[in-house]
Amino acid sequence: MTQIELRGIQKFFGAVQVIKDLNLKIEDNEFIVLLGQSGCGKTTTLRAIAGLETIDEGDILIDGQAVQHLKCSDRDIAMVFQSFSLYPHMTVYENIAFPLRATRMSRSEVDKAVRGIAGVLRITDLLNRRPSALSGGDMQRVAIGRALVRRPKAMLMDEPIGALDAKLREEMRAEIKRLHLEQGSTTIYVTHDQVEAMSLADRIVIMHEGILQQVGSPSEVYSYPANLFVAQFVGSPVMNIAKAQVSEEAGSARVTVDGAEKGFAFPNELLGKIDRLKGANGSLALGIRPEGVMVEHQAREGFLPVEAQIIEPLGSYDIVDLKLGSQMLRARTRSGFVASAGDKVFARIDPTQAHFFDTKSGNSLGVRL
Amino acid sequence: MATAVMTTLDQRTRAASRGMSDISIRNLFIIPTILFLIVFNIFPLLYSLYYSFTDFRASTNAPANFVGLQNYRELLNDPFIWSNFAITAQYVIVSVTGQVLVGFGVAMLLNRDIPFKGLITTLLLLPMMLSMAVVGLFWKLLYDPSWGVINYALGLGNFEWLANPKMALYAVAITDIWMWSPFVMLLSLAGLSAVPKHLYEAAAIDRAGSFYTFFRITLPLVAPILMIAIIFRTMEAFKTFDLAYILTSQPTTEVISIRLYKMAFQEWQTGRSCALAYIVLIMVIAITNIYVKYLNKVKER
Repeated sequence: MTQIELRGIQKFFGAVQVIKDLNLKIEDNEFIVLLGQSGCGKTTTLRAIAGLETIDEGDILIDGQAVQHLKCSDRDIAMVFQSFSLYPHMTVYENIAFPLRATRMSRSEVDKAVRGIAGVLRITDLLNRRPSALSGGDMQRVAIGRALVRRPKAMLMDEPIGALDAKLREEMRAEIKRLHLEQGSTTIYVTHDQVEAMSLADRIVIMHEGILQQVGSPSEVYSYPANLFVAQFVGSPVMNIAKAQVSEEAGSARVTVDGAEKGFAFPNELLGKIDRLKGANGSLALGIRPEGVMVEHQAREGFLPVEAQIIEPLGSYDIVDLKLGSQMLRARTRSGFVASAGDKVFARIDPTQAHFFDTKSGNSLGVRL
Repeated sequence: MATAVMTTLDQRTRAASRGMSDISIRNLFIIPTILFLIVFNIFPLLYSLYYSFTDFRASTNAPANFVGLQNYRELLNDPFIWSNFAITAQYVIVSVTGQVLVGFGVAMLLNRDIPFKGLITTLLLLPMMLSMAVVGLFWKLLYDPSWGVINYALGLGNFEWLANPKMALYAVAITDIWMWSPFVMLLSLAGLSAVPKHLYEAAAIDRAGSFYTFFRITLPLVAPILMIAIIFRTMEAFKTFDLAYILTSQPTTEVISIRLYKMAFQEWQTGRSCALAYIVLIMVIAITNIYVKYLNKVKER
């Protein structure tokens, strides 16, 4: 049905370049999430696709047809705004009917379409209310209804649930996922919330300072971050990153974090892989997610003694800050595993979950053990 | 509620150090205003209400005789008075419609990013700041058939604007439109700039054309504030006196205020003119009420 392709998009706001040579191909029926911090250019990209923003260079193709010079009304794309942008003087029914009436659809067809979509969104009993009398979640449902009712080629969503409270956000997230599965349309979704991105996306597009950092499925992005930015942006709690040295000690590989006396034991193949990347050892960073840090009460082979500093109990698990030399290492443990701050425990790193980055370029070295 | 409105005087203020309480300060500010209102508004209002039931003439020393509703009865049965009302209505409709069209149109033009927007807005507001009498005298010159600028600019030769009984009322209305369109423009501009930009974006995404967007988004959202402008202008136009009086003395431009003025200060029918003033007052209140009802309906959204 609908493919969207971005080719070499450049966009300037005055002297500031907000989108830098963006290339992206979105397949039919795909749910794409643009993820990044505020000001990274994700919303501008979305608005450019919608036609609310012009681009300075490049092509936007919808179904193979260049649309960058078309008005938004000619692109047949629907959009859900962060602020909902419901028409305050119209009832819910009129709001949803607006895009249909604007194109002079017959009254009975409008009525059928509006009631149909209201049923799908479970807002049939709200149709006669005005937006001011709705809760945040219902306003969002209406906004989505207004976008879906005309069966657009693609749906664009600009932080559609960013303005809702945490509980409602979770509820609406599931709802959006359900709608996407039921209705099925190419969707581009902008958010700064990585949990939202992980749970909704078929593919996540991570942007930083106008530059595309990585495109991949949620698990790809999580397991194999392409660079330090992605590594630290995706995942909560944040991945541990520390400068490190790889060395050989008694015939086995050691990874010594800066500021620590001893190194973690790693499989020997690491040596060969690092050696192949000449000069990498001077500017190497080790990245490990908190769940990749294994903690034991007893000293064991390969484990280093560490001291627990801060314990954050999160219910199903604890996040423990471990002091390793002058470095801090965050570990995820069973809840209550480390009883109190100041306890001495032993930690090692799961080599299969370790990431190595070049600190100069920030890029991943692609070492997989 | 009433207690919450009044806050206690800050002990460090100069007024407090002079031993004034909040109550005495309140009295200091409010009592003169209330006295002024009573002497110049409320007393004359009640006094004229009394006179409207008498045959009092301010030009003689004859005592005022109570005549009941006779003044009202005679006025409401007088076809000449009704023709004055008809002239007034015609004037109100032409003048207010013109002001809304011109004022709102100019506001639409100004409601975008254009260079010197502030300066242009200020210059456009100038007519509104002039005195009615000055505007009247100016336009009398502009309308002059033999050497007036308007005929010269429009190439109308010796067209009679003010001496032509059919044209005179429209000439007065045009002057009023020139003078008061800026007022409608100012309020419309405030209303237009208060319409959130994202609604226009949503409408564009929803494939609404510019006419559809104007009639379904812009107009309904500006309606409340436009309504206020219309209420003000209708009331003012209904009471209009100066412009019509200065510009022309045609019988076809004798709006109700001029009739009232003549009745009170040329014919000295003081009692009867008081009654007429009350009839006008009731009519203005009635018209305003209709508008306010509609305004509240619009504002409910």
